[in-house]
Amino acid sequence: MKHEQTLEILDILENNAKTTAQEIASMLDLRVEDVQAEIERLEKEKVIVKYTALINRQDVAEAEFSEAMIEVKITPQRDYGYDDLARRIYKYDEVRSVYLMAGAYDLCVRVQSRSMKEISKFVFEKLAVIDGVTSTVTLFIMRKYKQAGVVLVEEERDERLVITP
Amino acid sequence: MNTERFISRRVAQVPPSGIRKFFDIASEMKDAISLGVGEPDFVTPWNIRESAIFSMERGHTHYTSNHGQLSLRKLVSLYLETRFGTRYSPESEMVITVGASEALDLAFRAIMEPGDEVLVPAPSYVSYMPGVTFAGGTPVAIETKEEDDFIMTEQGIAAAITPKTKAIVIPYPNNPTGAIMTKEQLAGIVDIIVKNDLLVISDEIYAELTYGGKQHVSIASFPEIYPRCVVINGFSKAFAMTGFRLGYAAGPRPVIDAMVKIHQYSMLCASVMSQYAGEEALKHEMETGFAQVEKMVKSYDQRRRFMLDALGGIGLGAFEPRGAFYIFPNISGTGLSSEEFCFRLIEEKKVACVPGTAFGEAGEGFMRCSYASSMENLKEAVKRIGEFVDSL
Repeated sequence: MKHEQTLEILDILENNAKTTAQEIASMLDLRVEDVQAEIERLEKEKVIVKYTALINRQDVAEAEFSEAMIEVKITPQRDYGYDDLARRIYKYDEVRSVYLMAGAYDLCVRVQSRSMKEISKFVFEKLAVIDGVTSTVTLFIMRKYKQAGVVLVEEERDERLVITP
Repeated sequence: MNTERFISRRVAQVPPSGIRKFFDIASEMKDAISLGVGEPDFVTPWNIRESAIFSMERGHTHYTSNHGQLSLRKLVSLYLETRFGTRYSPESEMVITVGASEALDLAFRAIMEPGDEVLVPAPSYVSYMPGVTFAGGTPVAIETKEEDDFIMTEQGIAAAITPKTKAIVIPYPNNPTGAIMTKEQLAGIVDIIVKNDLLVISDEIYAELTYGGKQHVSIASFPEIYPRCVVINGFSKAFAMTGFRLGYAAGPRPVIDAMVKIHQYSMLCASVMSQYAGEEALKHEMETGFAQVEKMVKSYDQRRRFMLDALGGIGLGAFEPRGAFYIFPNISGTGLSSEEFCFRLIEEKKVACVPGTAFGEAGEGFMRCSYASSMENLKEAVKRIGEFVDSL
């Protein structure tokens, strides 16, 4: 399969993981078996890591849910670099993502938990006390307007007339 | 008082659009899925919308030159040259119009004498025939056939030419069939057009939307046709800007001058905000190697292939469209007429398609499905069409 076609398969699945191999085959003018084999390969090689759903938590009634971005400054030591410090952080279940950043701070840590209180507790009990962490700034997410390319706050209605020439 | 007697016979003789009837039924139905929409399902890219807003903020709220802003015409000229290899002077061979529709109307009005005949392929876009009639001319349909891939052929044109034939409309990529004409196919009709001294009105509004590695070829790129060719294009389909109403015509100076004469007395100019938005659209795409357009084309192409397969799967074979965003399945095997099929489809399954006959009698036996709709809609629509066909 051409690299370009692989990328197209990934784009389609990233946009809607429920698209079937049959549909993808139609859309890209490929054979179903080839699409299936390619997806299996991508899964095996962990290019496709996982299939998830994009959920708008704000609309889940009474959900206990809180989310924060934490800017973490760290001082890596000789023999104990960024990767080692990041590992100590990303091993926590509360931590959803960890990125190494260029700029005013080093690690961007996204944490989610049931409440702001729990997140605060995590920060001062677990995160801030790690050797090598020099400072943290916790930013609570109040509202998500757009996530993964999808606007969450307004329904993008089809405003077109139903039939036009 | 009977005011009907005031109506011009020329206007009264044109039947109302066949699309209108379906619009009335479909718009009353709340949960109908529509494959009847003749415009992109993308909202205009934000950078383009933003530039229209910004132009208003800066107070650009006045008339522009009748020809349209020179800065926009220069960009259009550059765009046509880089994209299709055709050269037009932005100063004298171009006019910016209120949509490609106005450009068409101007072209017809600029050239027509009573009795003049204009060749129009059928099926094709609903406005050509009435446009010719309103301008005082006589439209003559040339039936294009599924077995010929819905293209215009030398024989078809030859059979329709009379001493009164003045012009020919060449609308490819085509609405409603999705047909395109390749360079070789266009080359096949160049001679007869030149020999019969016809003016060409080439409606290339879908030029950016071609698939399967087939780039659009403008008939004006043939040197022998270029001097007699008025190219009509616009921003609606390529940049998802239908509501901006922005189009243009490019062609030989005398024709453009005549068109501008009508335009200056009727429209004055296209909306200034739209013109600024158009500049942004062209500038941005040319700077980014047409990335946005290509992304749209890729997305349409996926849906095009899906529809081709899916309709085939329910027994409605369709000619493979290579352009625009329509597929034109042949429904004659069901024994129903186009109108019956589409009426019953919307009544029984709440799926709105447009009967082929809305695009001329030559469309009998077909229906137009627009795939400018979400994959979810397309899947559900094809499922319902399949159920309907099975129930017959």
